[in-house]
Amino acid sequence: MLVIKNLQASIGEKPILRGIDLAVPDGEIHAIMGPNGSGKSTLSYVLSGRADFTVTAGEVDFDGQNLLEMEPEARAQAGVFLAFQSPVELPGVGNANFLRTAVNAIRRARGEPELDAAQFLKAARAEAKRLHMPDDMLKRNVNVGFSGGEKKRNEVLQMTMLRPKLAILDETDSGLDIDALKIVGEGVNALRSEKFSALVITHHQRLLDHIVPNAVHVLAHGRIVRSGGAELARDLERHGYAQVIAEAA
Amino acid sequence: MLPATSASGFLARYDGLTRRLPGDMKRRSDAADILRSFGLPTRREEAWKYTSLAALADENFHEPLTEASGFGPDALPDLSGFEGVPRLVFAQGRLNVAQSVMPEKAIVRGFAQTADFGVLARPERDRLVALNTMLAEDGAIIEVEEGLDAGTLLIVSIGRDMAGTPTAFHPRHAIRLAPGAKLTVIEIFEGAGKYLHNPVTEIVVGARAKLVHLRLQNEAAAAFHLATIYADIAVGAAYEAFTLSIGGHMARTEIHAHLHGKGGHTALNAAQLLRGTQHSDFTTVVSHDAPNCTSRQTVKHVLAGKSRGVFQGKIEVARAAQKTDGYQMNQALLLSPDAEIDCKPQLEIYADDVKCSHGATIGELDPEQLFYLASRGIPAEAARALLVRAFLAEALDAVEDEAARSMLDSVIDRWWQNAP
Repeated sequence: MLVIKNLQASIGEKPILRGIDLAVPDGEIHAIMGPNGSGKSTLSYVLSGRADFTVTAGEVDFDGQNLLEMEPEARAQAGVFLAFQSPVELPGVGNANFLRTAVNAIRRARGEPELDAAQFLKAARAEAKRLHMPDDMLKRNVNVGFSGGEKKRNEVLQMTMLRPKLAILDETDSGLDIDALKIVGEGVNALRSEKFSALVITHHQRLLDHIVPNAVHVLAHGRIVRSGGAELARDLERHGYAQVIAEAA
Repeated sequence: MLPATSASGFLARYDGLTRRLPGDMKRRSDAADILRSFGLPTRREEAWKYTSLAALADENFHEPLTEASGFGPDALPDLSGFEGVPRLVFAQGRLNVAQSVMPEKAIVRGFAQTADFGVLARPERDRLVALNTMLAEDGAIIEVEEGLDAGTLLIVSIGRDMAGTPTAFHPRHAIRLAPGAKLTVIEIFEGAGKYLHNPVTEIVVGARAKLVHLRLQNEAAAAFHLATIYADIAVGAAYEAFTLSIGGHMARTEIHAHLHGKGGHTALNAAQLLRGTQHSDFTTVVSHDAPNCTSRQTVKHVLAGKSRGVFQGKIEVARAAQKTDGYQMNQALLLSPDAEIDCKPQLEIYADDVKCSHGATIGELDPEQLFYLASRGIPAEAARALLVRAFLAEALDAVEDEAARSMLDSVIDRWWQNAP
């Protein structure tokens, strides 16, 4: 699915990613953990194609395609989805209209027939219900006036509607209460299949109780300093990053 | 010595036309005297600081010679959604009876027959109105009787040049609503070639009457559109205007709204979508002359290429106009580094118990928002269109008439599809 080799990226002159090597096979969910400023969010942005980062070295293969050469919209159409840490507000853009535009852009790119308004609304309402989102969230403007938890759930709604091959969840758990965390976990688990992989970026082990990862990687100073199984997350929770990173060094 | 922007071409045409023009020749010769003395406005005048009429003086405009009846139904713009709605069709400023469908509940007379100049126009101050007064040939005088809801009336204007020769026409319209009457007027301006369309509209909204006035300025790409509107709003009455300015090479809409009765209301909203070297000016003067009146203005500009948008909004609150509630917001979205917006809000307040606010924002499309849309697979062009639509929504949402809204939406969609 995803193979990252020696990925280096900077913002301006400042290097953030200093050589990331990571492979996420088909059907696997990998967690990325690490202290603030270690480069977790940068990795998610570089993979989804945000323009303010410069890739200075390395390569990223996504299902046989050179991801770094693709425009952000082409990456999304190819099946990459980023759940934003801070979802952007779009005043004046209705959530349903936005979501339908996205769903149909991706269906069009995949050569699938577009959904008409009725088909779309039926599907969106069903997904929203599964995520315990009130119906009016589809009518409101995208993320405008949403609480932190509502914004995160709206990201998960987009993910389930767009059916990506690779989902990158950038601290989707932050700002969520225990119930919402469970709902988000269920949303991700519902997508689990041999054709779905995910990178779950998180600070806490809690989300990983719901989404049990195949592997956990610790990112520090722009490099993966340690990798292990699901138990590594519990180690980190118990001993803290400092000790784990020190051991790795 | 002639003034900087001379009206000499128009004055010469007037001398040749005088016998043909209907109505009060004294008014026309007074207007001609004003133009002879002062010429057309120049940028040295405060009200014309951002809009130059110099290009008008470079053209040799001819009055249209084609008979209005020479325009067939194929000259009409797409009027789908307006089936069964009465319409007045003006071809080069003259009423084309064959293509028009007269309303049942409103009374319509032709200016060519009545030469009804009205009482609100100020040719001595507004020299484009002097130009109109001097040369006006035709127009629609529309009246709705007391208490009557006259529904919707379309006014369709078709401009044309004459085999490459630019034409000029100066229709003189009036819309008068008796107390308690209601009317929605939808004006559509279209055309081909180079021409000057210089309409003057006098609007009288009687006590507790309501006029909704929607204007789609979609003139030909080489055309000049210079419209002046005077609206008198009586006690408890409402004048709600919306202008979409998307066509023409050079355009100005100037609205003078006078709230002279207690509890009157006006909304002067506009959206301007410009590209290339288009210039469009939306100038308003709202005079609060009576207590408890409200005025609302939301003006949005979307500017691409080297286009230039202008908004001048003046709110005057007289000493007697206590409890005035005035609001004005001007927002511009610049899609290109070469586009320009000029914004001049002016508040003149002589009453002490008023609520008046104004604001202006100028910005570009937000790269964070664009990236968010791209990350959902939405192509760049569609993402920009979605955000521009969102930007315009607040102004367009004021258009309640469904057929008009859908016409405006499709014109805006086409603007995007034709974008360079």
